[in-house]
Amino acid sequence: MEYSEKVMEHFTHPHNVGKIDDADGVGEVGNAKCGDIMKMYLKIDNGIITDVKFNTYGCASAIATSSIATDMIKGQPVSEALKLTNKAVVEALDGLPAVKIHCSVLAEQAIKAAVRDYYDKNGIEYDEAEFHFNEEHHH
Amino acid sequence: MKVYADNAATTKISKTALDAMMPCYTEIYGNPSSLHQVGQEAFHAVRDAREMMAKCLNCDTDELYFTSGGSESDNWAIKGAAHLMAKKGKKHIISSKFEHHAVLHTLNALEKEGFEITLLDVYENGLVKVEDVKNAIREDTALVTVMYANNEIGTVQPIREIGAVCREKGVLFHTDAVQAVGHIPVDVKADNIDMMSLSGHKFHGPKGIGALYCKKGIRLPNLIEGGAQERNRRAGTENVPAIVGMAAALKEACDNMEENTKKLVAMREQLINGILKIDASRINGDRDHRLPGNVSACFEGVEGESLLLYLDLAGISASSGSACTSGSLDPSHVLLAIGLPHEVAHGSLRLSICEENTPEQMDYIIEQLPPIINRLRDMSPLWERIQNERK
Ligand SMILES: Cc1ncc(COP(=O)(O)O)c(C=O)c1O
Ligand SMILES: [Zn+2]
Repeated sequence: MEYSEKVMEHFTHPHNVGKIDDADGVGEVGNAKCGDIMKMYLKIDNGIITDVKFNTYGCASAIATSSIATDMIKGQPVSEALKLTNKAVVEALDGLPAVKIHCSVLAEQAIKAAVRDYYDKNGIEYDEAEFHFNEEHHH
Repeated sequence: MKVYADNAATTKISKTALDAMMPCYTEIYGNPSSLHQVGQEAFHAVRDAREMMAKCLNCDTDELYFTSGGSESDNWAIKGAAHLMAKKGKKHIISSKFEHHAVLHTLNALEKEGFEITLLDVYENGLVKVEDVKNAIREDTALVTVMYANNEIGTVQPIREIGAVCREKGVLFHTDAVQAVGHIPVDVKADNIDMMSLSGHKFHGPKGIGALYCKKGIRLPNLIEGGAQERNRRAGTENVPAIVGMAAALKEACDNMEENTKKLVAMREQLINGILKIDASRINGDRDHRLPGNVSACFEGVEGESLLLYLDLAGISASSGSACTSGSLDPSHVLLAIGLPHEVAHGSLRLSICEENTPEQMDYIIEQLPPIINRLRDMSPLWERIQNERK
Protein backbone atom coordinates (compact mmCIF):
# COMPACT_ATOMS: atom_id res chain seq x y z
CA MET A 1 0.00 0.00 0.00
CA GLU A 2 1.24 3.44 -0.86
CA TYR A 3 -0.20 6.95 -0.50
CA SER A 4 0.11 9.57 -3.23
CA GLU A 5 2.31 12.61 -2.65
CA LYS A 6 -0.80 14.72 -2.50
CA VAL A 7 -2.25 12.63 0.32
CA MET A 8 0.99 12.84 2.30
CA GLU A 9 1.15 16.58 1.73
CA HIS A 10 -2.35 17.09 3.14
CA PHE A 11 -1.78 14.59 5.93
CA THR A 12 1.47 16.17 7.10
CA HIS A 13 0.27 19.77 6.66
CA PRO A 14 -3.51 19.62 6.85
CA HIS A 15 -5.40 22.80 5.93
CA ASN A 16 -8.29 24.22 7.96
CA VAL A 17 -7.68 22.23 11.14
CA GLY A 18 -9.53 23.54 14.15
CA LYS A 19 -12.93 24.60 15.41
CA ILE A 20 -15.22 27.57 14.87
CA ASP A 21 -16.79 28.63 18.16
CA ASP A 22 -19.68 30.53 16.58
CA ALA A 23 -20.17 28.14 13.67
CA ASP A 24 -23.43 28.35 11.71
CA GLY A 25 -23.43 24.62 11.06
CA VAL A 26 -21.65 21.70 12.72
CA GLY A 27 -21.68 18.11 11.51
CA GLU A 28 -20.12 15.03 13.04
CA VAL A 29 -20.02 11.63 11.31
CA GLY A 30 -18.34 8.29 11.74
CA ASN A 31 -17.78 6.50 15.02
CA ALA A 32 -14.96 5.45 17.27
CA LYS A 33 -15.64 1.77 16.74
CA CYS A 34 -14.66 2.03 13.07
CA GLY A 35 -11.69 4.19 13.87
CA ASP A 36 -12.76 7.39 12.11
CA ILE A 37 -14.71 10.42 13.32
CA MET A 38 -14.94 13.66 11.38
CA LYS A 39 -16.37 16.92 12.70
CA MET A 40 -16.95 19.81 10.33
CA TYR A 41 -17.60 23.46 11.31
CA LEU A 42 -19.09 25.91 8.78
CA LYS A 43 -19.38 29.69 8.85
CA ILE A 44 -22.05 30.73 6.36
CA ASP A 45 -22.80 34.23 5.15
CA ASN A 46 -25.52 34.92 2.56
CA GLY A 47 -25.46 31.32 1.42
CA ILE A 48 -21.68 31.35 0.96
CA ILE A 49 -19.30 29.24 3.06
CA THR A 50 -16.95 31.93 4.30
CA ASP A 51 -14.98 29.72 6.66
CA VAL A 52 -14.64 26.03 7.36
CA LYS A 53 -12.66 24.05 9.94
CA PHE A 54 -12.43 20.37 10.78
CA ASN A 55 -11.42 17.98 13.54
CA THR A 56 -10.71 14.41 12.55
CA TYR A 57 -9.84 11.28 14.45
CA GLY A 58 -8.66 8.75 11.90
CA CYS A 59 -5.99 7.53 9.57
CA ALA A 60 -3.91 9.49 7.06
CA SER A 61 -6.57 8.99 4.43
CA ALA A 62 -9.28 10.44 6.69
CA ILE A 63 -7.15 13.46 7.65
CA ALA A 64 -6.02 14.19 4.07
CA THR A 65 -9.60 13.88 2.83
CA SER A 66 -10.83 16.32 5.48
CA SER A 67 -8.12 18.79 4.54
CA ILE A 68 -8.70 18.79 0.79
CA ALA A 69 -12.50 18.68 1.06
CA THR A 70 -12.51 21.79 3.27
CA ASP A 71 -10.31 23.52 0.69
CA MET A 72 -12.76 22.56 -2.04
CA ILE A 73 -15.82 24.06 -0.37
CA LYS A 74 -14.30 27.18 1.19
CA GLY A 75 -15.75 30.29 -0.50
CA GLN A 76 -18.35 28.22 -2.35
CA PRO A 77 -22.12 28.59 -2.18
CA VAL A 78 -23.74 26.01 0.11
CA SER A 79 -25.56 24.56 -2.90
CA GLU A 80 -22.20 23.81 -4.55
CA ALA A 81 -20.75 22.28 -1.38
CA LEU A 82 -23.65 19.86 -1.29
CA LYS A 83 -22.66 18.60 -4.74
CA LEU A 84 -19.17 17.63 -3.59
CA THR A 85 -18.79 13.90 -4.07
CA ASN A 86 -16.45 11.43 -2.49
CA LYS A 87 -15.19 10.61 -5.97
CA ALA A 88 -14.17 14.22 -6.62
CA VAL A 89 -12.35 14.36 -3.29
CA VAL A 90 -10.44 11.15 -4.00
CA GLU A 91 -9.53 12.40 -7.48
CA ALA A 92 -8.26 15.67 -6.05
CA LEU A 93 -5.94 13.62 -3.85
CA ASP A 94 -4.58 11.78 -6.92
CA GLY A 95 -6.34 8.66 -5.74
CA LEU A 96 -6.37 6.52 -2.61
CA PRO A 97 -5.44 2.86 -2.09
CA ALA A 98 -8.54 0.69 -2.59
CA VAL A 99 -8.68 -0.36 1.07
CA LYS A 100 -8.73 3.31 2.07
CA ILE A 101 -11.69 4.52 0.02
CA HIS A 102 -14.05 3.76 2.91
CA CYS A 103 -12.17 6.21 5.17
CA SER A 104 -12.64 9.02 2.65
CA VAL A 105 -16.43 8.83 2.45
CA LEU A 106 -16.64 10.73 5.72
CA ALA A 107 -15.71 14.13 4.28
CA GLU A 108 -18.68 14.29 1.95
CA GLN A 109 -20.93 13.11 4.77
CA ALA A 110 -19.54 15.57 7.32
CA ILE A 111 -20.11 18.51 4.99
CA LYS A 112 -23.68 17.41 4.37
CA ALA A 113 -24.29 16.92 8.08
CA ALA A 114 -22.95 20.42 8.81
CA VAL A 115 -25.13 22.00 6.10
CA ARG A 116 -28.18 20.19 7.37
CA ASP A 117 -27.43 21.47 10.85
CA TYR A 118 -27.27 24.98 9.39
CA TYR A 119 -30.59 24.49 7.58
CA ASP A 120 -32.24 23.10 10.72
CA LYS A 121 -30.99 25.95 12.89
CA ASN A 122 -32.23 28.55 10.43
CA GLY A 123 -35.53 26.93 9.58
CA ILE A 124 -34.52 26.51 5.94
CA GLU A 125 -36.48 23.82 4.17
CA TYR A 126 -34.65 21.10 2.29
CA ASP A 127 -35.15 17.88 0.45
CA GLU A 128 -34.35 14.99 2.78
CA ALA A 129 -33.10 12.91 -0.16
CA GLU A 130 -30.20 15.28 -0.65
CA PHE A 131 -28.81 14.22 2.71
CA HIS A 132 -29.30 10.55 2.36
CA PHE A 133 -26.49 8.58 3.89
CA ASN A 134 -26.02 6.18 6.73
CA GLU A 135 -24.71 8.24 9.61
CA GLU A 136 -24.32 5.28 11.91
CA HIS A 137 -21.90 3.34 9.83
CA HIS A 138 -19.99 4.73 6.91
CA HIS A 139 -18.65 1.41 5.70
CA MET B 1 17.79 10.46 14.16
CA LYS B 2 16.78 7.19 12.47
CA VAL B 3 15.31 4.45 14.67
CA TYR B 4 14.18 1.12 13.32
CA ALA B 5 11.76 -0.21 15.95
CA ASP B 6 9.81 -2.74 13.90
CA ASN B 7 11.89 -5.85 14.46
CA ALA B 8 8.82 -8.01 15.06
CA ALA B 9 7.84 -7.32 11.43
CA THR B 10 11.28 -8.20 10.19
CA THR B 11 14.93 -7.67 11.08
CA LYS B 12 17.99 -6.43 9.29
CA ILE B 13 20.19 -9.30 8.21
CA SER B 14 23.27 -9.60 10.42
CA LYS B 15 26.76 -9.25 8.99
CA THR B 16 27.59 -12.75 10.21
CA ALA B 17 24.62 -14.17 8.31
CA LEU B 18 25.37 -12.20 5.16
CA ASP B 19 29.04 -13.17 5.21
CA ALA B 20 28.08 -16.82 5.55
CA MET B 21 25.65 -16.51 2.63
CA MET B 22 27.83 -14.78 0.06
CA PRO B 23 30.00 -17.79 -0.87
CA CYS B 24 26.79 -19.78 -1.47
CA TYR B 25 26.03 -17.42 -4.35
CA THR B 26 29.51 -17.06 -5.74
CA GLU B 27 31.21 -20.43 -5.17
CA ILE B 28 28.98 -23.02 -3.53
CA TYR B 29 26.22 -22.60 -6.09
CA GLY B 30 25.61 -26.27 -6.84
CA ASN B 31 22.43 -28.24 -6.28
CA PRO B 32 22.76 -30.29 -3.08
CA SER B 33 21.15 -33.23 -4.89
CA SER B 34 23.92 -33.34 -7.54
CA LEU B 35 26.59 -35.97 -7.11
CA HIS B 36 29.46 -33.92 -8.51
CA GLN B 37 31.77 -31.93 -6.28
CA VAL B 38 30.09 -28.58 -6.78
CA GLY B 39 26.82 -30.16 -5.69
CA GLN B 40 28.41 -31.97 -2.78
CA GLU B 41 29.81 -28.73 -1.43
CA ALA B 42 26.28 -27.33 -1.31
CA PHE B 43 25.08 -30.57 0.27
CA HIS B 44 27.68 -30.17 3.01
CA ALA B 45 26.73 -26.54 3.56
CA VAL B 46 23.09 -27.53 4.15
CA ARG B 47 24.14 -30.42 6.38
CA ASP B 48 26.36 -28.17 8.50
CA ALA B 49 23.61 -25.53 8.76
CA ARG B 50 21.15 -28.15 9.95
CA GLU B 51 23.59 -29.38 12.58
CA MET B 52 24.15 -25.86 13.81
CA MET B 53 20.43 -25.20 14.13
CA ALA B 54 19.66 -28.55 15.75
CA LYS B 55 22.21 -27.73 18.47
CA CYS B 56 20.58 -24.35 19.14
CA LEU B 57 17.12 -25.92 19.49
CA ASN B 58 18.24 -29.14 21.23
CA CYS B 59 16.87 -31.53 18.63
CA ASP B 60 18.35 -34.09 16.23
CA THR B 61 19.27 -33.06 12.70
CA ASP B 62 16.72 -35.43 11.21
CA GLU B 63 13.93 -33.71 13.14
CA LEU B 64 14.49 -30.42 11.36
CA TYR B 65 12.96 -29.60 7.94
CA PHE B 66 13.71 -26.45 5.99
CA THR B 67 10.70 -24.60 4.61
CA SER B 68 9.95 -21.25 2.94
CA GLY B 69 9.19 -19.61 6.30
CA GLY B 70 6.90 -19.41 9.30
CA SER B 71 3.68 -19.50 7.30
CA GLU B 72 4.57 -22.69 5.47
CA SER B 73 5.74 -24.38 8.67
CA ASP B 74 2.47 -23.49 10.41
CA ASN B 75 0.41 -24.74 7.47
CA TRP B 76 2.36 -27.95 7.22
CA ALA B 77 2.33 -28.80 10.92
CA ILE B 78 -1.34 -28.00 11.48
CA LYS B 79 -2.82 -29.43 8.28
CA GLY B 80 -0.49 -32.41 8.48
CA ALA B 81 -1.32 -33.24 12.10
CA ALA B 82 -5.03 -32.72 11.48
CA HIS B 83 -5.10 -35.09 8.51
CA LEU B 84 -2.89 -37.62 10.27
CA MET B 85 -5.12 -37.75 13.33
CA ALA B 86 -8.37 -37.63 11.36
CA LYS B 87 -7.56 -41.15 10.20
CA LYS B 88 -7.89 -42.17 13.84
CA GLY B 89 -11.22 -40.37 14.11
CA LYS B 90 -9.77 -37.36 15.93
CA LYS B 91 -11.08 -34.12 14.44
CA HIS B 92 -10.88 -31.59 17.25
CA ILE B 93 -8.16 -28.91 17.42
CA ILE B 94 -7.37 -26.54 20.30
CA SER B 95 -5.67 -23.21 19.76
CA SER B 96 -5.84 -19.65 21.08
CA LYS B 97 -7.74 -16.54 20.03
CA PHE B 98 -4.66 -14.46 19.26
CA GLU B 99 -2.59 -16.73 17.03
CA HIS B 100 -0.95 -15.37 13.89
CA HIS B 101 -3.11 -15.53 10.77
CA ALA B 102 -0.85 -18.27 9.42
CA VAL B 103 -2.38 -20.43 12.17
CA LEU B 104 -5.90 -18.96 12.40
CA HIS B 105 -6.57 -19.01 8.66
CA THR B 106 -5.23 -22.56 8.44
CA LEU B 107 -7.66 -23.52 11.20
CA ASN B 108 -10.50 -21.81 9.30
CA ALA B 109 -9.68 -23.92 6.27
CA LEU B 110 -9.72 -27.08 8.40
CA GLU B 111 -13.04 -26.06 9.95
CA LYS B 112 -14.53 -25.99 6.44
CA GLU B 113 -13.22 -29.53 5.97
CA GLY B 114 -15.19 -30.62 9.02
CA PHE B 115 -12.72 -30.20 11.87
CA GLU B 116 -13.94 -28.67 15.11
CA ILE B 117 -11.87 -25.80 16.46
CA THR B 118 -11.71 -24.53 20.05
CA LEU B 119 -10.00 -21.16 20.50
CA LEU B 120 -8.91 -20.53 24.06
CA ASP B 121 -9.23 -17.19 25.81
CA VAL B 122 -6.03 -15.22 26.38
CA TYR B 123 -7.45 -12.94 29.06
CA GLU B 124 -6.47 -9.33 29.74
CA ASN B 125 -2.81 -10.16 30.29
CA GLY B 126 -2.49 -12.00 26.97
CA LEU B 127 -1.66 -15.39 28.47
CA VAL B 128 -3.23 -18.78 27.83
CA LYS B 129 -4.09 -20.67 31.02
CA VAL B 130 -2.67 -24.19 31.26
CA GLU B 131 -5.83 -25.23 33.12
CA ASP B 132 -7.91 -24.14 30.13
CA VAL B 133 -5.84 -26.32 27.81
CA LYS B 134 -6.29 -29.28 30.15
CA ASN B 135 -10.04 -28.74 30.36
CA ALA B 136 -10.45 -28.32 26.62
CA ILE B 137 -8.74 -31.61 25.68
CA ARG B 138 -11.24 -34.32 24.67
CA GLU B 139 -11.10 -37.93 23.54
CA ASP B 140 -11.15 -36.76 19.93
CA THR B 141 -8.62 -33.93 20.25
CA ALA B 142 -6.09 -34.24 17.43
CA LEU B 143 -3.83 -31.30 18.14
CA VAL B 144 -3.08 -28.40 20.45
CA THR B 145 -1.38 -25.42 18.79
CA VAL B 146 -0.45 -22.40 20.91
CA MET B 147 2.09 -19.77 19.89
CA TYR B 148 5.28 -19.43 21.91
CA ALA B 149 5.26 -15.63 21.93
CA ASN B 150 2.68 -13.27 20.50
CA ASN B 151 3.82 -11.11 17.60
CA GLU B 152 1.85 -8.02 18.60
CA ILE B 153 1.85 -7.79 22.37
CA GLY B 154 4.92 -9.96 22.96
CA THR B 155 3.48 -12.14 25.72
CA VAL B 156 5.33 -15.43 26.25
CA GLN B 157 3.05 -18.42 26.83
CA PRO B 158 3.57 -21.21 29.39
CA ILE B 159 4.70 -23.54 26.60
CA ARG B 160 6.54 -26.08 28.74
CA GLU B 161 3.49 -26.56 30.96
CA ILE B 162 1.09 -26.77 28.03
CA GLY B 163 3.44 -29.29 26.41
CA ALA B 164 3.45 -31.36 29.61
CA VAL B 165 -0.35 -31.46 29.67
CA CYS B 166 -0.43 -32.58 26.04
CA ARG B 167 2.14 -35.32 26.71
CA GLU B 168 0.14 -36.52 29.68
CA LYS B 169 -3.04 -36.67 27.62
CA GLY B 170 -1.33 -38.10 24.53
CA VAL B 171 -2.24 -35.17 22.27
CA LEU B 172 0.08 -33.71 19.62
CA PHE B 173 1.43 -30.26 20.47
CA HIS B 174 2.58 -27.66 17.95
CA THR B 175 3.86 -24.19 18.72
CA ASP B 176 4.43 -21.24 16.40
CA ALA B 177 7.73 -20.05 17.82
CA VAL B 178 8.43 -17.54 15.05
CA GLN B 179 8.71 -14.63 17.51
CA ALA B 180 10.48 -16.63 20.21
CA VAL B 181 13.34 -18.47 18.53
CA GLY B 182 16.58 -16.49 18.75
CA HIS B 183 15.05 -14.14 21.34
CA ILE B 184 14.36 -16.30 24.39
CA PRO B 185 15.67 -19.78 25.29
CA VAL B 186 13.79 -22.44 23.34
CA ASP B 187 14.54 -26.11 23.97
CA VAL B 188 12.18 -28.47 22.16
CA LYS B 189 12.92 -31.37 24.51
CA ALA B 190 12.64 -29.52 27.82
CA ASP B 191 9.61 -27.61 26.49
CA ASN B 192 7.73 -30.83 25.57
CA ILE B 193 7.20 -29.69 21.99
CA ASP B 194 6.18 -32.12 19.22
CA MET B 195 6.26 -29.63 16.33
CA MET B 196 7.59 -26.10 16.13
CA SER B 197 7.62 -23.41 13.43
CA LEU B 198 10.36 -20.83 13.06
CA SER B 199 11.32 -18.18 10.54
CA GLY B 200 14.77 -16.84 9.61
CA HIS B 201 13.94 -13.18 9.09
CA LYS B 202 12.79 -12.64 12.68
CA PHE B 203 16.28 -13.15 14.12
CA HIS B 204 18.49 -11.30 11.62
CA GLY B 205 18.51 -14.10 9.06
CA PRO B 206 17.21 -13.84 5.49
CA LYS B 207 13.53 -13.70 4.46
CA GLY B 208 11.67 -16.53 2.77
CA ILE B 209 13.34 -19.28 4.80
CA GLY B 210 12.21 -21.12 7.90
CA ALA B 211 12.04 -24.52 9.46
CA LEU B 212 9.70 -26.99 11.02
CA TYR B 213 10.86 -29.12 13.90
CA CYS B 214 8.95 -32.40 13.90
CA LYS B 215 9.67 -34.91 16.60
CA LYS B 216 10.85 -38.32 15.45
CA GLY B 217 8.03 -40.81 14.99
CA ILE B 218 5.36 -38.31 13.93
CA ARG B 219 4.50 -39.30 10.34
CA LEU B 220 3.33 -35.92 9.18
CA PRO B 221 1.94 -36.11 5.63
CA ASN B 222 3.70 -33.87 3.09
CA LEU B 223 2.43 -30.41 2.24
CA ILE B 224 4.73 -29.77 -0.74
CA GLU B 225 5.01 -32.77 -3.06
CA GLY B 226 7.78 -33.26 -5.61
CA GLY B 227 11.44 -34.20 -5.41
CA ALA B 228 13.14 -36.12 -2.65
CA GLN B 229 14.60 -33.16 -0.78
CA GLU B 230 14.41 -32.97 3.02
CA ARG B 231 14.37 -36.76 3.30
CA ASN B 232 11.30 -37.03 1.05
CA ARG B 233 9.24 -34.80 3.31
CA ARG B 234 9.46 -31.36 1.71
CA ALA B 235 10.12 -31.05 -2.01
CA GLY B 236 11.99 -28.25 -3.75
CA THR B 237 15.63 -27.45 -4.44
CA GLU B 238 17.08 -26.14 -1.20
CA ASN B 239 17.59 -22.38 -0.85
CA VAL B 240 21.20 -23.00 0.16
CA PRO B 241 22.27 -19.38 0.82
CA ALA B 242 19.18 -18.70 2.91
CA ILE B 243 19.55 -21.92 4.90
CA VAL B 244 23.20 -21.13 5.61
CA GLY B 245 22.34 -17.52 6.53
CA MET B 246 19.50 -18.55 8.83
CA ALA B 247 21.73 -21.04 10.67
CA ALA B 248 24.50 -18.47 11.12
CA ALA B 249 21.99 -15.90 12.39
CA LEU B 250 20.44 -18.34 14.84
CA LYS B 251 23.78 -19.40 16.24
CA GLU B 252 24.79 -15.78 16.68
CA ALA B 253 21.47 -14.94 18.36
CA CYS B 254 21.72 -17.89 20.74
CA ASP B 255 25.39 -17.26 21.57
CA ASN B 256 24.62 -13.65 22.51
CA MET B 257 21.18 -14.17 24.00
CA GLU B 258 22.03 -13.52 27.62
CA GLU B 259 23.88 -10.31 26.88
CA ASN B 260 21.26 -9.12 24.37
CA THR B 261 18.41 -9.83 26.76
CA LYS B 262 19.94 -7.68 29.49
CA LYS B 263 20.38 -4.80 27.09
CA LEU B 264 16.93 -5.18 25.54
CA VAL B 265 15.04 -5.47 28.82
CA ALA B 266 16.69 -2.27 30.07
CA MET B 267 15.69 -0.41 26.88
CA ARG B 268 12.20 -1.91 26.91
CA GLU B 269 11.58 -0.73 30.47
CA GLN B 270 12.99 2.68 29.58
CA LEU B 271 10.42 2.92 26.77
CA ILE B 272 7.55 1.62 28.88
CA ASN B 273 8.28 4.08 31.68
CA GLY B 274 8.43 6.94 29.20
CA ILE B 275 5.19 5.91 27.52
CA LEU B 276 3.28 5.55 30.78
CA LYS B 277 4.04 9.20 31.56
CA ILE B 278 1.81 10.15 28.64
CA ASP B 279 -1.80 10.90 29.62
CA ALA B 280 -4.36 8.15 28.85
CA SER B 281 -1.78 5.60 27.73
CA ARG B 282 -1.54 1.90 28.54
CA ILE B 283 0.83 -1.01 27.99
CA ASN B 284 -0.72 -4.16 26.51
CA GLY B 285 0.06 -7.64 27.74
CA ASP B 286 1.64 -9.07 30.86
CA ARG B 287 4.53 -6.96 32.11
CA ASP B 288 6.71 -9.92 33.17
CA HIS B 289 6.02 -12.70 30.69
CA ARG B 290 6.98 -10.80 27.58
CA LEU B 291 9.64 -10.75 24.88
CA PRO B 292 12.69 -8.67 25.81
CA GLY B 293 12.23 -6.40 22.80
CA ASN B 294 8.46 -5.86 22.67
CA VAL B 295 6.55 -2.78 23.75
CA SER B 296 2.86 -2.63 22.88
CA ALA B 297 0.98 0.51 23.89
CA CYS B 298 -2.36 2.23 23.29
CA PHE B 299 -3.06 5.96 23.36
CA GLU B 300 -6.68 7.00 23.76
CA GLY B 301 -8.15 9.44 21.29
CA VAL B 302 -5.38 8.79 18.77
CA GLU B 303 -5.61 6.66 15.64
CA GLY B 304 -2.72 4.24 15.14
CA GLU B 305 -1.97 4.75 11.46
CA SER B 306 -1.67 8.52 11.80
CA LEU B 307 0.59 8.06 14.81
CA LEU B 308 2.71 5.56 12.90
CA LEU B 309 3.10 7.87 9.90
CA TYR B 310 3.98 10.94 11.97
CA LEU B 311 6.57 8.83 13.81
CA ASP B 312 7.92 7.75 10.44
CA LEU B 313 8.37 11.39 9.46
CA ALA B 314 10.42 11.77 12.64
CA GLY B 315 12.60 8.85 11.50
CA ILE B 316 11.02 6.21 13.72
CA SER B 317 9.76 2.97 12.12
CA ALA B 318 7.07 1.25 14.19
CA SER B 319 3.77 -0.54 13.59
CA SER B 320 0.16 -0.44 14.72
CA GLY B 321 -2.78 -2.80 15.01
CA SER B 322 -5.36 -0.17 14.09
CA ALA B 323 -8.07 -1.11 11.59
CA CYS B 324 -6.53 1.13 9.02
CA THR B 325 -3.20 -0.66 9.14
CA SER B 326 -4.70 -4.14 9.32
CA GLY B 327 -6.33 -3.68 5.93
CA SER B 328 -9.71 -4.58 7.39
CA LEU B 329 -12.43 -2.65 9.16
CA ASP B 330 -11.60 -4.11 12.54
CA PRO B 331 -8.54 -3.43 14.65
CA SER B 332 -6.18 -6.33 15.26
CA HIS B 333 -7.76 -9.54 16.56
CA VAL B 334 -4.97 -9.73 19.13
CA LEU B 335 -5.95 -6.47 20.82
CA LEU B 336 -9.64 -7.42 20.71
CA ALA B 337 -8.76 -10.84 22.20
CA ILE B 338 -7.24 -9.19 25.29
CA GLY B 339 -10.51 -7.34 25.74
CA LEU B 340 -9.65 -3.87 24.48
CA PRO B 341 -12.62 -1.86 23.18
CA HIS B 342 -12.41 -1.06 19.45
CA GLU B 343 -11.73 2.62 20.01
CA VAL B 344 -8.76 1.89 22.29
CA ALA B 345 -7.39 -0.81 19.99
CA HIS B 346 -7.39 1.67 17.09
CA GLY B 347 -4.82 3.72 19.01
CA SER B 348 -2.22 1.00 19.28
CA LEU B 349 1.50 1.25 18.70
CA ARG B 350 4.03 -1.57 18.64
CA LEU B 351 7.70 -0.80 19.14
CA SER B 352 9.90 -3.86 18.71
CA ILE B 353 13.56 -3.29 19.34
CA CYS B 354 16.74 -5.29 18.80
CA GLU B 355 20.24 -5.25 20.26
CA GLU B 356 21.37 -2.76 17.62
CA ASN B 357 19.09 -0.11 19.10
CA THR B 358 20.52 2.20 21.74
CA PRO B 359 19.28 3.86 24.94
CA GLU B 360 19.73 7.22 23.14
CA GLN B 361 17.26 6.05 20.52
CA MET B 362 14.78 5.13 23.26
CA ASP B 363 15.15 8.65 24.65
CA TYR B 364 14.50 10.01 21.18
CA ILE B 365 11.29 7.98 20.82
CA ILE B 366 10.11 9.14 24.26
CA GLU B 367 10.88 12.71 23.28
CA GLN B 368 9.11 12.50 19.90
CA LEU B 369 5.95 10.73 21.07
CA PRO B 370 4.25 13.40 23.24
CA PRO B 371 4.21 16.25 20.68
CA ILE B 372 2.89 13.90 17.98
CA ILE B 373 0.21 12.51 20.28
CA ASN B 374 -0.75 16.03 21.37
CA ARG B 375 -0.99 17.20 17.79
CA LEU B 376 -3.29 14.31 16.89
CA ARG B 377 -5.37 14.72 20.04
CA ASP B 378 -5.74 18.43 19.37
CA MET B 379 -7.57 17.62 16.16
CA SER B 380 -9.40 14.54 17.48
CA PRO B 381 -13.15 14.78 18.13
CA LEU B 382 -12.82 11.51 20.04
CA TRP B 383 -10.26 13.02 22.40
CA GLU B 384 -12.56 16.03 22.86
CA ARG B 385 -15.33 13.65 23.87
CA ILE B 386 -13.05 11.74 26.26
CA GLN B 387 -11.99 15.03 27.86
CA ASN B 388 -15.61 16.11 28.28
CA GLU B 389 -16.53 12.79 29.85
CA ARG B 390 -13.67 13.16 32.31
CA LYS B 391 -14.93 16.52 33.56
C1 LIG C 1 3.94 -15.43 15.13
C2 LIG C 1 4.21 -15.47 13.65
N1 LIG C 1 3.89 -16.58 12.96
C3 LIG C 1 4.13 -16.68 11.65
C4 LIG C 1 4.67 -15.65 10.93
C5 LIG C 1 4.89 -15.79 9.46
O1 LIG C 1 6.24 -16.00 9.16
P1 LIG C 1 6.78 -15.82 7.67
O2 LIG C 1 6.73 -14.38 7.38
O3 LIG C 1 8.18 -16.34 7.73
O4 LIG C 1 5.92 -16.64 6.78
C6 LIG C 1 5.00 -14.46 11.61
C7 LIG C 1 5.59 -13.31 10.88
O5 LIG C 1 4.94 -12.32 10.61
C8 LIG C 1 4.76 -14.37 13.00
O6 LIG C 1 5.05 -13.26 13.68
ZN1 LIG D 1 -9.05 4.94 7.84
